[in-house]
Amino acid sequence: MNDLPNPSKRKSWLDHLSGMPPSILISAIWIVFMILVAVLADVIAPYDYKHMDLLDRLRPPIWLENGVWSHPLGTDDLGRDVLSRIIFSIRISLFVALMGTFIGAVLGTSLGFAAAHFRGRVDDLIMVLIDFQAALPFLILALAVLAFFENSFLLFVLIMGIYGWERYARIVRGLALSARSHGYAVSMQVLGATPARIYLRHILPNVSSAIIVNMTLNFPETILVETSLSFLGLGIQPPLTSLGNMVGFGRDYLLTAWWIVVLPSMVIFVTSLAFSLLGDWLRDELDPTLRGN
Amino acid sequence: MNPTVVAIKILRASITVVLLVTFVFVILRLSGDPAVQMLGLEVSDEALDQFRQRWGLDRSIWEQYLSFFWNILHGDFGQSFIGGRDALGVVLERLPKTLQLMGLTTIFTFGLGIPAGIYASLHRNTIADRAIMGFTVASFSLPNFVVGIILIMILGVYFRLLPTSGSETWLHYIMPVITMATADAAIFARFSRSAMLEVLHAPFMRTARAKGLMWGQAVRRHALPNASIPLVTIGGMYVGRLIAGATITENVFAWPGIGKLLVNSVNLRDLAVVQCIVILVGVTMVIANLLVDIAYGWLDPRTRTGESQ
Repeated sequence: MNDLPNPSKRKSWLDHLSGMPPSILISAIWIVFMILVAVLADVIAPYDYKHMDLLDRLRPPIWLENGVWSHPLGTDDLGRDVLSRIIFSIRISLFVALMGTFIGAVLGTSLGFAAAHFRGRVDDLIMVLIDFQAALPFLILALAVLAFFENSFLLFVLIMGIYGWERYARIVRGLALSARSHGYAVSMQVLGATPARIYLRHILPNVSSAIIVNMTLNFPETILVETSLSFLGLGIQPPLTSLGNMVGFGRDYLLTAWWIVVLPSMVIFVTSLAFSLLGDWLRDELDPTLRGN
Repeated sequence: MNPTVVAIKILRASITVVLLVTFVFVILRLSGDPAVQMLGLEVSDEALDQFRQRWGLDRSIWEQYLSFFWNILHGDFGQSFIGGRDALGVVLERLPKTLQLMGLTTIFTFGLGIPAGIYASLHRNTIADRAIMGFTVASFSLPNFVVGIILIMILGVYFRLLPTSGSETWLHYIMPVITMATADAAIFARFSRSAMLEVLHAPFMRTARAKGLMWGQAVRRHALPNASIPLVTIGGMYVGRLIAGATITENVFAWPGIGKLLVNSVNLRDLAVVQCIVILVGVTMVIANLLVDIAYGWLDPRTRTGESQ
């Protein structure tokens, strides 16, 4: 039996696409839609998200009695257009999750490489840091940092960047350790390539699928942590808005204006569900160790 | 397990605790003058000086670190803004409410999640399996606060069946426990399903069948005990999720526990209380992870390395 991967028979991206189950296809379409909404927020939002109209407060969405087309999803307690606020919240929440995921991936991957390269003391130190991260639920860590420092958008994005770094570090360290003993890494070393070159040009492409899978799975979790902190009033601060903020501020109006809470909640749910489904599917597609299970 | 292995694990756990206290010390120092941070700007210079002396802030940074450590070892986390009370006391009086919530949640999590996962594994690829797995994926994507708010909306506001805030009667427990248990039960369902699937196809199951056991007997005697071992490994993660889940859920339902206290203290910048909660949570997690580690080594003979009998 010859189980060695044959390069000519490797699946192309098109093959991946055509093999998508319907649920994954819908998830992908939803994600593309969300990204478009986030990018085009200024163009498609009918109002500025801060624009208040105190004479037109708590107007219900169009499908309910008293709904008007000028505010298709109604208005909130300050007469702000809910549709516009959701659009801008999607922008902020996706941006924070994207930056958080990106920072976490870079930080974790670098530390994983450092641990694999230097071994010894550096490795021990990084492993102790991983232990430490495992000893403090991220939400508590974030709350602690937010208590001690003045909350700002930049600080908040940096905190979200810490989320999940240890998983990248652990995965990358393990993969880099085994890659170092592979022929290609050893031969590059013999040829005189610098460690940075070996890691970035040769080992990184080989571990990238694991990193990408972890990023896709990390992304929805980051959305959930961000919206949770914003819900508690300790994340994104007004006048900026996030999906969590909207739920947090809308909870006082559950009786009279449920749409302020329910609509952003649905967006959070569907978006993170779409990313989770896509991430699970990607993991099964890209991770060779799981193939055939 | 080998005593040296246990000793090394305990040493690593202790290092983590030291790191935790150091982390709190460092962010407290980085964020400005601790005396002002802890007491606020509205206090007299005298009080500030007194505070600095008590916490050794007039001495070198290393001496400060040691005295910080010393105080914490003695349970002195400083004083809360509110009423100038001992921070540890403020936190501990909220502890029972949080523990009640976590205990009840755990009962429901295990009681619903594990049987559902086992059922799904035994009926693989049936509609029931798909439904259970679909539900678990969906509930991963539902943040606690959304579940809580939707429950409040339906059961509290619309049907007016249950109280939406506080913890006075047993009715108050229902919604917070459902909120916390949904996502966690999903995790256990998923995990116990995959653990079961792994052992159901193991050779020892074929042997058990071959020696004449009924399928149900083989599952009970051989599959379940073996599948329960990997469940132990998520114990540490579960404690972390419980703590994070309680923090959010308590704030949704105005539950007078530690999670509500933490968020209030962060808002008021009541740092003595915050650092006390952070360290208590960290120590709890370290102990939980250590116990999981030791229990796993004890349960699974394959991980008992270097043992001479």
